[in-house]
Amino acid sequence: MKTIYKKPDVFLSENMHYCPGCTHGVAHRLVAEAIAELGAEERAIGVASVGCSVFAANYLDCDFTEAAHGRAPAVATGVKRVHPNALVFTYQGDGDLASIGVAEIIHAAARGENITVIFINNAIYGMTGGQMAPTTLVGQTTTTSPGGRNPAGAGYPIRMSEIIATLDGAAYVERAGLYDVPSIARAKKAVKKAFETQVHKKGFAMVELLSTCPTNWGKTPVDAMTWLKDYMIPQFPLGVFKEV
Amino acid sequence: MTQRIICSGFGGQGVMLMGQLLAYAGMMEGKFVSWLPSYGPEMRGGTANCSVIISDEPVGAPTVTEADVAFVMNKPSMEKFEDTVVSGGHLFVNSSLIDETASRQDIDIHQLAATEIGIQAGTARTANIVMLGAYLEKCGAVSEASVMAGLKKAFGEKKAGLLPMNQTAIDLGRQNVK
Amino acid sequence: MTRELIKGNEAIAEAAVRAGCRYFFGYPITPQNEIPEYMSKRLPEVGGTYLQAESELAAINMVYGAAGAGARVMTSSSSPGISLKQEGISYIASAKLPCVIVNIVRSGPGLGGILPAQSDYFQATKGGGHGDYRVVVFAPSSVQEAADLVMECFEVADQYRVPVMLMGDGMIGQMMEPVEFKEPKKRGLHEKSWATTGRQGGERNVISSLHIVAEECYDFCLEREAVYREIAEKETRCETELMDDAEIAVVAYGTVARIAKNAVLKARAAGIKTGLIRPITLWPFPSDIINDYAKQVNSFLTVEMSTGQMVEDVRLAVNGQKPVHFFGRTGGIIPTPEEVFNELMKMAEGEKHENNL
Repeated sequence: MKTIYKKPDVFLSENMHYCPGCTHGVAHRLVAEAIAELGAEERAIGVASVGCSVFAANYLDCDFTEAAHGRAPAVATGVKRVHPNALVFTYQGDGDLASIGVAEIIHAAARGENITVIFINNAIYGMTGGQMAPTTLVGQTTTTSPGGRNPAGAGYPIRMSEIIATLDGAAYVERAGLYDVPSIARAKKAVKKAFETQVHKKGFAMVELLSTCPTNWGKTPVDAMTWLKDYMIPQFPLGVFKEV
Repeated sequence: MTQRIICSGFGGQGVMLMGQLLAYAGMMEGKFVSWLPSYGPEMRGGTANCSVIISDEPVGAPTVTEADVAFVMNKPSMEKFEDTVVSGGHLFVNSSLIDETASRQDIDIHQLAATEIGIQAGTARTANIVMLGAYLEKCGAVSEASVMAGLKKAFGEKKAGLLPMNQTAIDLGRQNVK
Repeated sequence: MTRELIKGNEAIAEAAVRAGCRYFFGYPITPQNEIPEYMSKRLPEVGGTYLQAESELAAINMVYGAAGAGARVMTSSSSPGISLKQEGISYIASAKLPCVIVNIVRSGPGLGGILPAQSDYFQATKGGGHGDYRVVVFAPSSVQEAADLVMECFEVADQYRVPVMLMGDGMIGQMMEPVEFKEPKKRGLHEKSWATTGRQGGERNVISSLHIVAEECYDFCLEREAVYREIAEKETRCETELMDDAEIAVVAYGTVARIAKNAVLKARAAGIKTGLIRPITLWPFPSDIINDYAKQVNSFLTVEMSTGQMVEDVRLAVNGQKPVHFFGRTGGIIPTPEEVFNELMKMAEGEKHENNL
């Protein structure tokens, strides 16, 4: 029998706590594949954040430090400054990166901190039960925007990739989506590129991955993929925003 | 022996340096010393002071609430610190900037036109060193050599050329206080 | 012996470097700015890293990352900045990471003022952040002691894997005194095998503050409690002066202890038998020593630059055996030896004495 695909060893065989149809598992796999393809299993250090991905260390078999909410880029800065040759990455959700941790992500990028940031944008707070996120779309219903996000009081979603791309310290910024096979294949390239940017010591790299949260969106996994494509991409266009 | 000293004036008169020179000189002579600057909001308003203690015993409170010696380089400092001097203590007054004479009868008051004397030495900026000269003459708890050693360290090699002028300022301070 | 006339803040920074600290993350705030300024110049000379963070929150979390990565790391701030760091301190305690935090205390609450105060005692010794944890707190009373203790801070932090705070008031930070930098007393500690360095061919390490299963969190807290007890047993420090025949004990820490000592000497000269108890560690607090003296003296006077914080621990230690009086100045006002002396006179005369502010 011919092996056509094998999960990398760094991707552990634990049963995931993520909900059915959630794309965190896919994103984890892309990170594991990139680490494995770069042969960096022995020098990778992850920084987990607060949110559903607080358990990332349970699934990726490398050193991990778990950060307080929003502080992953600061924690990763501390780790990277001590071990400049380690492959240091953060894995953060939208509440973590685009709300409570805006200062940390902006300044890590502005410093050109030589780390890789995996930013999961699913337009909602998953772990706490579906509250409005900084990336929640206008009109999108959440438990704290029951009538749909109304910009009159709740403002507008934030496009982090575009913001980060304006900073001189950012070396690579791309937004990709996880909604079908071709998009995941493109996302895989983006994730790997973001790690390579670090390996080549070019500076700060971030990949924003548009992701689904079927449970809190109140959709089936398949409908969630469609919704991502139809509604999130117009607000959060895919593409490379910065590459040096 | 314990000498509690207050150096006061406005920013730029070198009152912090005066205090540091005294503390440094004391340390060089093997004494216990402390130097405590005022660093509060009043600094922004232009007045500055520091408290120095030179002692044969370990220094207790680094604050000086009763001074054996006070240097007042401008009028607000005189108003603030004249009463701090203990009976029998010394008050050095920069009469270039302070018209009033001190009212205390129970202390030694030394009036020096430190700015003018400083200009004589080479620049008005040596007014603080002029005052130190007067102090060395009247009640120095440290030697002139130690103060000069402190100046040498403060100036470093780059500004070592300024030492002779400062020596002159000390000499003139001594002469003018007699 | 070479002595240098050096500012407290600079002495703390230099002593930290000599103790092996190679990473510093901070954010400017008065009156501790000489520490980051010194570090920004000094650390690159020894191959270390100085980084000015975007906030105190970021700085303490950089400390968290670097400590987890196995480095000797320090941050410093003053009261309002220390409030911001509390989140990180709680996480550091929970992740069992060693680090040193310097608090050069200014007056508060709120933005307060920049003048000396001791009003962060509660915050430093009673938690500060959330959760069941302790921070070891050293309170130097001179620049020399600040330099000596910051070296100890790193050893204690590494030995027990706890955050350690060096707490001085603004005077400690700003004043200059002669300092002799001694060789740090190394405790012969083990390598940090728990640090995140990359697997490097071995088992992986995970630094975590998450204990989501109740039983695991319970076990974790009990394990830490045992460590805290050990610290209390072995690391409590206190200095006493003139206590042998004392009838009134003055309890004060930091520079206030020096002001109190002047008053004690003056009172002795006036024939009043007083002595000084100076806690050097504020947590663990030298309760046993104070309790023992409660059997000897007639009364206590606690002197602080606050409206009365440490006095609560003194009362707990005395446990009702003798009256505990309080004298304090706060808001950036420094008590004078004369004021403290007057309090001692009143006590000696047996006047009815309420808490005076």
